[in-house]
Amino acid sequence: MSFKEVLKTKKFIITAELFPPKGTNVQPLLRKAQLLKSCVDAFNVTDNQRAVMRLGSLAICCLLKEQGCEPIMQVTCRDRNRIALESDLLSANALGLENVLVLSGDHPQQGDHKEAKPVYDLDPVQLLKTARVLETGVDMVGKKLDGAPHFCLGAVVNPLADPLDLQLAMMEKKIAAGAEFFQTQPIFDSKPLKTFSAKTRSLKTKILIGVFLLKSAQAAIFMKEKLGLNISQDCIERLSRAANPLAEGIAIASELISRMKPQVDGVHLMALGLEEHILEILNKVK
Amino acid sequence: MIITKRKELNKILEQLKDKRRVFVVGCAACATKCATGGEEQVKVLAGELVKQQKQVTGTLVLDTPCDMRIVKKDLINNDKARQADSLVLLSCGAGVQSIAQVCEDMELIPALDTLFLGTIERLGNFNQYCSLCGDCIIDETGGLCPVTRCAKALINGPCGGAMDGKCEVNSDLDCVWVLIYEKLKKNPAKIKKYRKIKSNASSSGPQRIKNR
Repeated sequence: MSFKEVLKTKKFIITAELFPPKGTNVQPLLRKAQLLKSCVDAFNVTDNQRAVMRLGSLAICCLLKEQGCEPIMQVTCRDRNRIALESDLLSANALGLENVLVLSGDHPQQGDHKEAKPVYDLDPVQLLKTARVLETGVDMVGKKLDGAPHFCLGAVVNPLADPLDLQLAMMEKKIAAGAEFFQTQPIFDSKPLKTFSAKTRSLKTKILIGVFLLKSAQAAIFMKEKLGLNISQDCIERLSRAANPLAEGIAIASELISRMKPQVDGVHLMALGLEEHILEILNKVK
Repeated sequence: MIITKRKELNKILEQLKDKRRVFVVGCAACATKCATGGEEQVKVLAGELVKQQKQVTGTLVLDTPCDMRIVKKDLINNDKARQADSLVLLSCGAGVQSIAQVCEDMELIPALDTLFLGTIERLGNFNQYCSLCGDCIIDETGGLCPVTRCAKALINGPCGGAMDGKCEVNSDLDCVWVLIYEKLKKNPAKIKKYRKIKSNASSSGPQRIKNR
């Protein structure tokens, strides 16, 4: 089933994030995809995630498609101007890719090419709108296309952003611009999600909540302090007490999914290199 | 105002490697306000160069080096400047190039780096609030420019990465979208409005205005 069709069903949707290698060795990523293929609805492929230069999302998405997986190509506004973005959207579609997740993209200063020129010629709302314009058979300047693409478009939202109303206004703009689904930044506790869920219930979209596999207390502390993620002290203590922190991380993630399952449309799993363990997380979900 | 920064002395000396007689030029406008190219800084640099065995033939602070008329009037025929084999310039890039165009036969050594168009908060504290985009929209954003003050130049709203109202790229800076939100709280329609793709045509250089 295509991801677009999955979004129309009432099923609990599961996506997983894969990040391309720094280099050309794609085999480990493809092996992980094969392992997880049967238990996820789609794979997100990141676009130079955290502004760290890697192999491109488009190429990996094509390889995944060849292997019978359903890819979601992530496209950031960081590295390409409007010409390149439109062109890449057409290229992706011509290669059989339909799912696109649009995001602003981490700033080059947060990555490994700190002196790179940030582009941000379009913002995510404008890029979503541009993709919808391409579907009508013209480009953003009104020039006719020989063959129009079609997309299933997604965007991101931070359910714990402050002020939340500003984030929600942004979310509504993204929906109006063409977003059919949302994936969120990782959350580690279902309680703070309540306000967000209540305020987004009436929106006509699907929201997949981000869940991250924490492998150790050190990793959790790093993410809390350096990336500002809302990881509870309780969570960190559980990881530091555990004889096998990774197993504890798997348990934490699956408990979170079990708690959220009745209330949310789905989850988006991030394991940062430990994707093979996503299977164990999902097996433990009640 | 154009914000500038003095180059390190060794960078200036590198450019002056084969030169002996120098004339130091400052700027009475932006570089004076910035304390990078005023009377005081011209004197300091001249002193540093003398210590490095350079002969300083003289110094001059031009009113506005970026105005070619001023350069023609006050610099091109200055005898002491003529005696030097290089002019060391404490002005922004616009000033250096206006001098270069007028004083074609002189060797020029830029001693400042030009940073941004800045707003002065207080002496020594400058903020970049405008990036000269040529298509101002701040009537819609509470007088705060997201093109400049959002690290990702997002004009439709924030990225979602701000922490405690601070930018995720530079925690010393406020997230401009949080500031805009506070300012426009009473006017949510402005927050919700879709802002169309900006034209870059007017900010993609080189630009020229020729009215007469």
